[in-house]
Amino acid sequence: MNRLTFLLCVSAALQGQSLAIRAESLYTAAGPVIQDGVVLIQDGKVSAVGRAADVKVPSGLTVKRAKVAVPGLVDGRSTVGLSGLLNQSHDQDQLEGSAPLQPELRAMDAYNGRDPLVSYVRSLGVTTLHTGHGPGALISGQTFVIKTDTTEVTHGVLKPQAMVAATLGDGARAREAGKAPGTRAKQIAMLRAELVAAQEYARKQKEAEKGKEPPRDLRKEALVQVLRKELPLLATAHRAQDILSLLRLAKEFDLDIVLDGASEAYLVLDALKAAKVSVILHPTMARAFGEMENLSLETAARLQAAGIPFAFQSGFEGYVPKTRVVLWEGALATANGLSFEDTLRALTLGPARLLGIADRVGSLEKGKDGDVALFDGDPFEYTTHCVGTVINGVLVSEGEETRGATH
Amino acid sequence: MNRRLPALAQALSLSISMSMAFLPLQAQDKPQAFIGAHIIPIEGPDIERGVLVVQGGKILAVGGPGTAIPEGAVRHDAAGKVIMPGLIDTHSHIGSPEGADSTAPIQPEVRVSDSLNLRSASVMKARAGGITSVNVMPGSGHLLSGQTMYLKLREGQTVDALAMEKRPDGSYLGGMKMANGTNSRHATGPFPGTRAKSAALVREQFLKAQDYQRKLKEAGDDPKKRPARDLGMEALVEVLEGKRVVHHHTHRHDDILTVLRLQKEFGFKVVLHHVSDAWMVADEIAKSGMGASIITIDSPGGKLETKDARMTNGAALEKAGVLVGFHTDDPITDSRWFIRSGALAVRAGMSRKGALEGLTLSGAKLLDLQNRIGSLKPGKDADFLVLSADPLSIYAHVEETWVEGAKVFDRADPKQRLYAVGGPGASHDTDDLSHLLALEAEETYQ
Repeated sequence: MNRLTFLLCVSAALQGQSLAIRAESLYTAAGPVIQDGVVLIQDGKVSAVGRAADVKVPSGLTVKRAKVAVPGLVDGRSTVGLSGLLNQSHDQDQLEGSAPLQPELRAMDAYNGRDPLVSYVRSLGVTTLHTGHGPGALISGQTFVIKTDTTEVTHGVLKPQAMVAATLGDGARAREAGKAPGTRAKQIAMLRAELVAAQEYARKQKEAEKGKEPPRDLRKEALVQVLRKELPLLATAHRAQDILSLLRLAKEFDLDIVLDGASEAYLVLDALKAAKVSVILHPTMARAFGEMENLSLETAARLQAAGIPFAFQSGFEGYVPKTRVVLWEGALATANGLSFEDTLRALTLGPARLLGIADRVGSLEKGKDGDVALFDGDPFEYTTHCVGTVINGVLVSEGEETRGATH
Repeated sequence: MNRRLPALAQALSLSISMSMAFLPLQAQDKPQAFIGAHIIPIEGPDIERGVLVVQGGKILAVGGPGTAIPEGAVRHDAAGKVIMPGLIDTHSHIGSPEGADSTAPIQPEVRVSDSLNLRSASVMKARAGGITSVNVMPGSGHLLSGQTMYLKLREGQTVDALAMEKRPDGSYLGGMKMANGTNSRHATGPFPGTRAKSAALVREQFLKAQDYQRKLKEAGDDPKKRPARDLGMEALVEVLEGKRVVHHHTHRHDDILTVLRLQKEFGFKVVLHHVSDAWMVADEIAKSGMGASIITIDSPGGKLETKDARMTNGAALEKAGVLVGFHTDDPITDSRWFIRSGALAVRAGMSRKGALEGLTLSGAKLLDLQNRIGSLKPGKDADFLVLSADPLSIYAHVEETWVEGAKVFDRADPKQRLYAVGGPGASHDTDDLSHLLALEAEETYQ
C-alpha cells in the first residue's frame, strides 16, 4: 500500500458514515428532551438535531428508530483496556508496582482495544472511555481518552495524554515494610519533593545555555506538564482528611486537580466548592469497605445541589465484577435523589467537559461526533435494554452482550 | 472527645427505648392489616388494592379490597405501595462468617454458627435490602468448609435470636457448604492439587460416612453397639439422609457435572451455587432434578474460572425447567442490591414470574423452607416488604421490612435509613452512630 492509499483509507475511516436516528424521546444533554426527535449524522458528524417535523432527512439515508436516544456515554474514569477480563497477570497493566512515582507511564502504551470488556461496555452505550493507569500507587501513570470502537490506538484517540493519576491514603501505602510511602504524611512529603524537583528541572532547562541543557528526564517532564496545568492531577482520595491534604497540595503548587473517588466528599463540600474542584465520583455501587466505608448513594445528588461539577465512572475493580458499567452506576444515583437530566448529564456532557473534549462528544449538537446510545425505554431502568450504540454515525453494537468472552 | 460522651450516653438510652418498641409481643398481640397496596403474593395472581392481615407472626389473610379485617386490628394505610414476600438470599456471607481452617480440606464438624457477628452492619444492610431469610455460609476455599446456618433477620443480634430454627439437639437449621474447581484446590498440605483428587477426597469421606451410618443402623437402640461419636460423621450422615442440604459452589461446566455425578453416587440433596457455565449444561442440570442458586454480576471476568458466565443463566435454566433462586454472595454483591438480581435476570430473558419467584419462593424451596416462607399465604410467616414501586424497577425503595409481623427496617427512621443509603458510620459494626452523624452535621472536618 503506498502512502497516498494509506492516507485515503485512514481519512475514510475517520470520516465515519451517515445515518439518521429517530427517537420517540431524544435527549441531547444540551437542551430539553425532544419528543419524536431526529439526529442527522453526516460523514460521522451531527449535522442536524430537532423534531422529526423540522429535520429534513436526505432521501435514501438509513433511518434507525428507537424509543429513546441519548448521547453516547462517556465513562469518566475507567481502567478498561488495561485491566483485562481474565484478570491474570498477562492482561493486567493498570498498575506498575516497581516504584511509587511513575508519572511517565503512558496509557496508550498499554491499551488493548480488543479486550472483551471494551466491546462489552460499548454494547451498553459507552462510546468514550477515559481510561489508563489505575489507583494504587502514589503516582501510577497517565490516562488517555479513546473511543470504544477502536481496536488499535492508531485512531480514535481523543486525547493521547489526559491526566496524571495519583492516589492518597491507604491505597498508596507501600505493600512491603521498610518501603516508602508508609504513612499519609510521607505520601504528601514525597509528592511535594517530586514537584519541587520538577520545578527545579524546568528552571534548569530554561536557564541553561543552548546545547548545555541537563539530560532529559521523562518522569520530571510529566510532572512539569502537571505544574504547567497542561495535564490535571487526577487524585484518588476517599477520606475527608486526604481530600483536604490534596487541596492543600494543589494550592501550594497551583495545580489543576480533579478529585477521584471522593467517598467522603459530602463532608467537605464547601472546601471543594471554594477550590473549584471537579469530582469523578466513585461508582455508586462501589463496596463500602476500608476507606470507602462511609460512601453514600446520595453523594451525587449532594454534589449536584452544591454546584460542584462531577462525572460518573466505572472505576477500577480488582476482582468480580471486572468492570462496573457506568450506565448502572448512574441509574442507582438517579434512584437516590439525582434528577434524570442531571444523571444523564453526569454520564455525557459532564465528563466530556471535565476531560476537555466537549467540542467533540458529550451532547448531540451540530458539528459534534455522531455518537449515540439507543434504548428501548428509560435507559436507567433495569429491565430495558441498550439496543444500539452508534459511533461517528456507524452502528457499532446492536444490543447488549450478555458476556464478554468472544468465542 | 468530652463532647462525644453525652452523645454516646444519649444513643445508649435511645437504643434501649428502640428495643422496647421492637418487643415482638406488642406487635403480635393485635392483628395488623395493611390496606390498599398492590400485593404480589407470588403464589396466585397479583391483587389490586389488596389487604394483608397478619397476627402472631403469621399471615392470617391475603385478599382484595373486601377482605375481612378483624376487629381491633392495627390498620396500616399502604395505598400506592407494593407489598411482596421478604426476599430469600440463598448464599451470603453477612455477619463475618468463618468455617474450616487450613488444617484439612473437609471439615463437616465445623459450624458457621460458632463464628457469626450479628451486630455487623452487613446484617442491617441486608434488612434494608429487603432480605428476611438468608443462608449464611463459610467460604469456598475447602472441598467442605462446614455447616451453614439459615437465619431469619428478626430484630436481634445473637445467633439464638436469629436462628431460623433451633433443632432438638441444640443445633441450628442449615446446610453443608461444599466447593469444587479452583477455589478448593491448593496443592499444599492436605489439600487437593487437581480436580480428580478433589472428587476422590470427597468420595472417600462419603464412603466413611456411609460406613458410620451403617454402624449406627446396626446398633439400633443399643448404646453399647454404637460407634464412638464423631461429630463430623454425624453431620455427613445428615447429608446422606437428606436432612442437611449440600450447598455446592461450582462454576465450570465440567465441575457442575462432577457435582451431579457425586450426587447420584451418594444420593444427597444438593443446590448448585453460582453455576457460571449453567447455560452450557442447563439440560443436564434439569435432568438431575437439582436446583440452582445463581448470582447476577455487572460484568463478566475478574475470575478466570467464571470467564464464560452469562447474564442469561437465569433464562437458560428456567427454560430447561430448573428451579432457580438468587443469591448475593455478599460481599461479592451488596445485600442492598439483591432485588436487582431478579431485574437483571429479566433483562437477560428470564420471565418476570420466574425472577420474582427466584427472589422468594424458589429460594425457600432450595432451602426446604417453602412451607414457612417465600409467599404471602395464610399460615406462612409474616415476612414481607413494603416497596415504593414495582420490585423490578430501579426507582423502587424498600420502605419497610417486616419479619414475623414485626418491623425490622423502616426507611423513614433516619438511623435505619443510613443503612440503606450509606453515609458516616453506615459500615461500622456498632449500633451507635450518633457521634458520627453529629460530625457530619457540623462538618467538623472543615
